[in-house]
Amino acid sequence: MTGRTPPRSTAHDLARYAGLFAQRTKVMKSSAMRDLMALTERAEVISLAGGMPDTSSFPADTYAALMQRIADEACARALQYGPTEGFATAAHCIAEVMQAEGMTVDEGELLVTTGGQQVIDLVCKTLIDPGDVIVAEAPTYPGAVPTFCSYEADVVQIELDEDGMRIDELEETLDRLEREGRRPKFIYTIPSFQNPGGVTMSLPRRQRLVQVAHERELLVLEDNPYGLLRYEGEPLPTLYSMDGGEFVIYLGTFSKILSPGIRLGWAAAPRPVLQKMNLGKQAADLCSSSMTQLFVAEYFASGDWREYVNSLVEIYRSRRDAMLDALRTYFPREAAWTQPEGGLFIWATLPDYIDTTDLLARALDENVAFVPGRAAYLDGRGGSSMRLNFSGSDEAAIREGVRRIGKVVAEQVALYGTLTGAAPAAPPVVDEREAGQVAEQLAEVLELPRRRSASRRAESDR
Amino acid sequence: MSTVAVLQGGRSLERQVSLKSGARVEDALQRLGHRAVAIDVGSDLVAQLTELAPDAVFVALHGRDGEDGTIQELLEVLGLPYTGSGVAACIRCWDKVLTKHLLRDAGIPTPDFHAFSETAFRELGAATALPAIESQLEFPLVVKPAAQGSALGIKFAATAADVPAAIVSAFSYDRKVLLERYVAGRDLAVGIVEEDGVPRALPVVEAVAEGRDFYDFEARYEIGRTRFECPAELPAGVAERTQELAAEAYRALGCAGFARVDLMLREDGELFVLEANSVPGLTETSLLPQAADAAGIPFDALVERILAMALARATA
Repeated sequence: MTGRTPPRSTAHDLARYAGLFAQRTKVMKSSAMRDLMALTERAEVISLAGGMPDTSSFPADTYAALMQRIADEACARALQYGPTEGFATAAHCIAEVMQAEGMTVDEGELLVTTGGQQVIDLVCKTLIDPGDVIVAEAPTYPGAVPTFCSYEADVVQIELDEDGMRIDELEETLDRLEREGRRPKFIYTIPSFQNPGGVTMSLPRRQRLVQVAHERELLVLEDNPYGLLRYEGEPLPTLYSMDGGEFVIYLGTFSKILSPGIRLGWAAAPRPVLQKMNLGKQAADLCSSSMTQLFVAEYFASGDWREYVNSLVEIYRSRRDAMLDALRTYFPREAAWTQPEGGLFIWATLPDYIDTTDLLARALDENVAFVPGRAAYLDGRGGSSMRLNFSGSDEAAIREGVRRIGKVVAEQVALYGTLTGAAPAAPPVVDEREAGQVAEQLAEVLELPRRRSASRRAESDR
Repeated sequence: MSTVAVLQGGRSLERQVSLKSGARVEDALQRLGHRAVAIDVGSDLVAQLTELAPDAVFVALHGRDGEDGTIQELLEVLGLPYTGSGVAACIRCWDKVLTKHLLRDAGIPTPDFHAFSETAFRELGAATALPAIESQLEFPLVVKPAAQGSALGIKFAATAADVPAAIVSAFSYDRKVLLERYVAGRDLAVGIVEEDGVPRALPVVEAVAEGRDFYDFEARYEIGRTRFECPAELPAGVAERTQELAAEAYRALGCAGFARVDLMLREDGELFVLEANSVPGLTETSLLPQAADAAGIPFDALVERILAMALARATA
């Protein structure tokens, strides 16, 4: 509740300044959805909408000890500007993290950034003129959408399936773009535990993607925030490691393995690209926080950083399992969802007659929230899907949240059945979802089920 | 100088818009020399109002609670004068089905419609009547929740196959849905502000969608995809007719203080009233303040006038 009476300037009198705003500010996404998302932050809402790591398990005494040491040994440096590319000590930590995923990097090819998000911004700033094409996945990271829009990029989205981005469709699209005389500037992908899709690009597709980049001399932006958060299966090589540093720009971050609050990420890129990005970063913020770079350096020097990552893996694995279990229990038979081997998200797709933006309004009545699928597309698709986060809530909250969503979905499925004269849906039978069936279903999850709707309508018309 | 509580925020789907309206009203009240106290409406509302004991309450709360009569009822109980329409008018405007019945009874043209509760579909087999409804109303149809202040949940059904999903979406917001004949034409809005107890229609505003296909039917409710023209360029006499009809609707619904009436101008020149909003947006981009400005009533003067009417009712 607010009882404040601070003098507020009338700077929010939008109309008075409208004539001064740049064209790119006019590219805005659905205001209705933004308003809905703002409601997900109410305290009583179980939010499966965010992408938040669980920072509560980080030991407070470790944090205090690290900060004390910085105060004792490097106070002035922590409070001072640093080099645009970042401190060498931070670069050293980054090299260690990349090494843990099988990458060797020349520390001179690194740029420390203010979160991974800044890498997306700098890559766009460096490569994109208004109208230039960016190729992204469908669905893509919702947080990249406003960045792409603000550079007035023309985004072309390529379908995912259970093996990640469909490279055959990518090549067809690249051919088509070439025929149309439009050259894409870069391909944006999250190969491991994709946000929001939850799927991982297979090894053959990784190999082919890197080949395609070389053949066509195209840059790839590999966004890999979750690579180390694998709960099952064998790690796959990153695109960066396969490419040899020629056409892949690598985006890493400490957000998911240490803390998003320290706002530290990085780019590893071919030197000419990195130099331009460095200039872009100078213009944006001169340098990333000296204080948090020193924090990371102290943290890495003080013990094995992998132990904390391993503890997160344990926590998140159990939460993922709780969510998958709850989905099997509470979601209707018509729904399908991905089975992520790592990361933070599950992508669930409902029958196409359910609009998840509208469903969110209903779900908020039940005090539960998710991200409507449309947020992950730039072309209005995704209307029947949703992104569910399992890292930010404990098992009980996940179970209860999924139960509440399942309840409103079941209501809508039954209502649709009544409206079309079809029999209402039977409750799901848990044991029916054997592993083999899951893989088959996955193929349908990621291709939005527009085609199924056509057949359903045809049936109901008979 | 008066102490004025500005009710805003709340937990409706229009919370964000309401916070913007409220902040702007608060600024205006302060510039006018009043003591404005913002209240983000929640479970301690009554306690806060009791403690503050304001001279008047400015309702800048959109959507559920603020526009459906709930807050107004509470303010009646507390004996606090408040801005805008009373309980009954709020109820009449909030429920679009009730609005349309009242308009029709008053001889004010509104697009043909049918409305059903969820119970009608779930328990009374209303679904079997859908084909009959569809043939009466003809396609395309607009399907919307009976009560929802913003454009959320409004769907366009080009064919019978689109109707069930549209109904499911509309039920996400309310227990009653409205199926309405689509009127192709120009999208108009008229703000009404009373002057000496007489509703005065402000210049007509037109919402011009960027694009004309069905997808844009939904998109046109989104900022950035719609351009507003005020005053709208209309053929001779049409603006006057639109204003008269809006004022008629305002009276038929029993609104007080101020309100916004939305209309469609069909290609053949016929006008239809779609709905009225008892607490219209007061943000920088909202239609009523823009229209007031075009009529030579700057925002501060608008706020002062709305407040004065509330205070006058208290002393009456």
